[in-house]
Amino acid sequence: MKSNPFAKLLGLYAVIYMAFLYAPVILLPLFAFNDATIIAFPLSGYTTKWFDVLWNTESLHVAVKNSLLVGVSSAILSTVLGACAARAAARYNFPLKRGIIGFIMLPMVLPEIIVAVALLVLLMQLGLPLSLWTVVGGHVLICVPFCIAILTSAFNGLDHSLEEASQDLGESRWGTFRRVTLPLVMPGVISSLLISFTISLDEFIIAFFLTGTDVTLPVYIWSQLRFPSKLPSVMALGTILLAMSVLLLILAEWFRRRSARKQGADASSTGGFV
Amino acid sequence: MDSEGRRGLTLISPPLMFAIALLAAPLLMVVAFSFWTQNYLDIDRSFSLANYHEAWTKPIYQALMMRSLRISVLVTVVTVLFAFPIAYYLSFHVHRRKALWLFLITIPFWTSYLLRVFLWKVILGYNGVLNSAFLWLGVIDEPMTFLLYNANAVVLTLAHAWAPFAILPIFVALEKIDRSLLEAAEDLGDGPVRRFFRVTLPLAMPGVIAATLIVLIPTVGDFITPRLVGGTDGLMISNMIQIQFGKANNAPLGAALAVSSMGIVASVSLMIYLIGKKFRGKVE
Repeated sequence: MKSNPFAKLLGLYAVIYMAFLYAPVILLPLFAFNDATIIAFPLSGYTTKWFDVLWNTESLHVAVKNSLLVGVSSAILSTVLGACAARAAARYNFPLKRGIIGFIMLPMVLPEIIVAVALLVLLMQLGLPLSLWTVVGGHVLICVPFCIAILTSAFNGLDHSLEEASQDLGESRWGTFRRVTLPLVMPGVISSLLISFTISLDEFIIAFFLTGTDVTLPVYIWSQLRFPSKLPSVMALGTILLAMSVLLLILAEWFRRRSARKQGADASSTGGFV
Repeated sequence: MDSEGRRGLTLISPPLMFAIALLAAPLLMVVAFSFWTQNYLDIDRSFSLANYHEAWTKPIYQALMMRSLRISVLVTVVTVLFAFPIAYYLSFHVHRRKALWLFLITIPFWTSYLLRVFLWKVILGYNGVLNSAFLWLGVIDEPMTFLLYNANAVVLTLAHAWAPFAILPIFVALEKIDRSLLEAAEDLGDGPVRRFFRVTLPLAMPGVIAATLIVLIPTVGDFITPRLVGGTDGLMISNMIQIQFGKANNAPLGAALAVSSMGIVASVSLMIYLIGKKFRGKVE
């Protein structure tokens, strides 16, 4: 099979396709270190001044702080809610189970603009002011389905006899959860925290609709894209974000595999969530 | 109810409550809004179909709606067609390091969506990467202007943005195929092409349908890509929804447009799902 021309052609296609996938991403560091205000070829020379610009932009620092606050809050809240749902789905049978889980997973297939507009309308009706917390609400909504997807596999791989053994040996229900269940699913929990943090950090549409005067990082970038002179520093910012996202994802993947290994499953075969 | 059922319901109630408060209630509110009307600063809460009448009869909304649907369907077809060979390659021809390949495919997707779209503008623009490269190579004499600010640019950018979402479900479906079925088809005299169309493709159909829906539904709702690379010919219905909720300050009309487009997307999705099911039914 290896030597047939069709397989070779397919391999070549795969390489071209990967080049297509990476084309825009590779430009990011290229222009971040390029010594010119115009984003175009040919490149003019190496510089790190666009990174220095970032250090001295006060409004950027505020946006980063806002985004970190929103990201961390969203990650914690959605992981807690996701853990409840995943645990219930993996362990118990209850009425309307499929319907309830399906409803909670719904934001995964809804266009984000619909989620954003719907929340905006509700807030307008209730007379609640827009703030970073309304953004957190929207982000938790779209992150929970991803957390459930990650955590369900963690809870599914759990051997119930371990929990039963712990209870037989006199541990309370809460004690069993804290000392047996939680450590076993911990890698899944961390992976869920990292993924939801990454989603929240990058989310634009909901943040754009639901934020008041405090902007998150993507909303800040959106406002900068209008000014051609700001573009090189936006490229530098994008490069930093790219490096951070990749790092977080590698961490998340590492924790996920560790959780799979802990439970004796084959970690490499499915590729997991990512 | 038994104690297991009760315990399960107790455990699921926090996420369920959250989804009711922040998903069901807002969606119902949007539907209610679409039947109300905007009176300058306040909202007239009497029932009216005026917004829907405007959304469905005014030529601009009709045109935007049709174009959104056309672009989204085109994006979906392009994305899925180009994703399938990659998923096939990963499933049948990559034997080691599959997880690494999948990881590499998803990495570009995790970089800022805004910046990815913007970078396509850089690639396709007048002084962009493609134009400067072709000028330098001497393939063209002056920059090509048909690359950016049209519907094709929107299709290309969205096909790039949603690629991993199409590859993964197809890959999962292909992985599930029992390899002995393929050997059986070969033993019974099917050539590679017939085997692909009579065994592999029908069995991969659930993944293809899933990929189609995962790409189609969100692309209708995207307004960044049309705004950045679409020009005036590439604007879509979500741009209009955003304008109604923003500058135009007519939230009820925006709500009616949102509900209408969701209705159209939902019916198209249902159609695709049913066709896919029928297609699968034939093989089983």
